[in-house]
Amino acid sequence: MRAPGLALRSLLPFLLGLPALLALQGSLSDFWASVLITAGVNVILAVSLNVVNGFTGQFSIGHAGFMAVGAYTAAKITLAAAGWAPAGLPPRLADGAVFLLALLAGMVTAALAGLLVGMPSLRLRGDYLAIVTLGFNEIIRVIIENTAFLGRATGLSGLPRRTTFAWAWMGVIATVVMARRLLGSTHGRALLAIREDEVAAEAMGVDTTGYKVKAFVVSSAFAGLAGGLLVHLIQLCTPRTFTFVKSIEVVVMVVLGGLGSVTGSAVAAFGLTLALEGLREVQEYRMVAYSLLLIVLMLTRPTGLFGTREAWDWLPRLPWRRRPEEGA
Amino acid sequence: MHYGAVEALRGVSLEVPDGQVVALIGANGAGKTTTLRAISRMLRPSGGSVRFRGEGLGRLASHEVVARGLAHAPEGRGIFLNLTVRENLELGAYLRRDRDGIAADLARSFDLFPILRDRQGQVGGTLSGGEQQMLSVARALMSRPRLLLLDEPSLGLAPQVVERIFQVLAEVARGGVSLLLVEQNAHKALQIAHRAYVLETGQVVMQGTGRELLASPEVRKAYLGE
Repeated sequence: MRAPGLALRSLLPFLLGLPALLALQGSLSDFWASVLITAGVNVILAVSLNVVNGFTGQFSIGHAGFMAVGAYTAAKITLAAAGWAPAGLPPRLADGAVFLLALLAGMVTAALAGLLVGMPSLRLRGDYLAIVTLGFNEIIRVIIENTAFLGRATGLSGLPRRTTFAWAWMGVIATVVMARRLLGSTHGRALLAIREDEVAAEAMGVDTTGYKVKAFVVSSAFAGLAGGLLVHLIQLCTPRTFTFVKSIEVVVMVVLGGLGSVTGSAVAAFGLTLALEGLREVQEYRMVAYSLLLIVLMLTRPTGLFGTREAWDWLPRLPWRRRPEEGA
Repeated sequence: MHYGAVEALRGVSLEVPDGQVVALIGANGAGKTTTLRAISRMLRPSGGSVRFRGEGLGRLASHEVVARGLAHAPEGRGIFLNLTVRENLELGAYLRRDRDGIAADLARSFDLFPILRDRQGQVGGTLSGGEQQMLSVARALMSRPRLLLLDEPSLGLAPQVVERIFQVLAEVARGGVSLLLVEQNAHKALQIAHRAYVLETGQVVMQGTGRELLASPEVRKAYLGE
């Protein structure tokens, strides 16, 4: 019973989510659609970074670098496939297939970049990862700015607009399902053990370096997905989108939501995106208000909005919800 | 064994026969902890070899050593302070896949240390020092080791708790698990040890059965305060 039940529980969000998202999509104005897509991309970024910074207790500050790798890969593929219209296939379906392929390819290249960066740096403990990822972020930017194939500093323009509300939020569902399933698995336990005490985890037989690298690779892949989705919304892929500032923005979302809480980082990412939109009214004070918001939150809730807990931990215990002790 | 340029151990050779308790005693800085860490591969020795059940451990990482039946309860307990007692124990069985066996061993841990049963939902950080030490020992046993390395299980604990822990250790040894015990509390360690080694500035200066060393005037003078 266990295996099919598990597969169903993982697939269910997608099966229910797609029609709901498509239905909602029809009723959104252009403005709200683009705000909500941006929010969705940020949720993907925050939740995936939480896998490394929250679950595993490492500190990566180069998420935008992996985003860039995924974004440029996806952009190159959709540009190359522009005007490709196989006979017998409706153009919308062909476009969708190309976009899906481009996003997946972006995830793969971002994951490879994650492996390349993670392998040497995750052997070390402490702050080294932060320094290496920060460096990687800058290296990627400099490489792009000096590569003609990638459009140098002006980037790639004329991308088709493919990211709809439904695409972006299907990505969100995929990311959240991945994070939740990971956390509930043996692998998740290993990651938590590493976060709590790396030496003790090693003494329990956890291959700490191996798990840190795996978590980092998975996290990078989803950063790549977010990158692919973002550039097909703004229809432009430039190195300026993926600077160190973007990485810090994601770190802020994760810390604000609570390191280790999936719903926390999702809510924080969503909320901060909307707050930034709302603050457009007061243009010049926007960043001041944003900073104040962060300072107040950190003073009042230093572990982030949710700590390591999830939103449903506050719900009354429903009869059909198993207690975690019995479940594990 | 070197720490940088400092030589911490020199020519230490010891043996833990199957099913026996071996104690390693000595003053601070003698190299007891270093010896354990070298055995469980948490440190890379600059020379020498470790053989366990006929296999050299020289090329293994410390997590691979656990898979071969060698558990290490580190100094200072090393429990997961933010995880519950139960989660700590479950992580001890991290490499095992036999659900029923794990459940049985969990029950056995609670039988060995009944206080842990009452505390199973509490996070490790809220336990007293003695309870944490019990948890550390119970957790190490959850991997169903053939050999258990224990680093100062009596450190900083009340005499009664020490008594209880040593009772359990003797019981565990009777169950067929070999123990390599590092202790400053030489008296207690020598009482349950089949064999013991005295370490001084990185070298074995004396060895014998637990009883022999307990009776030896040098040991009584240096480590038992007589």
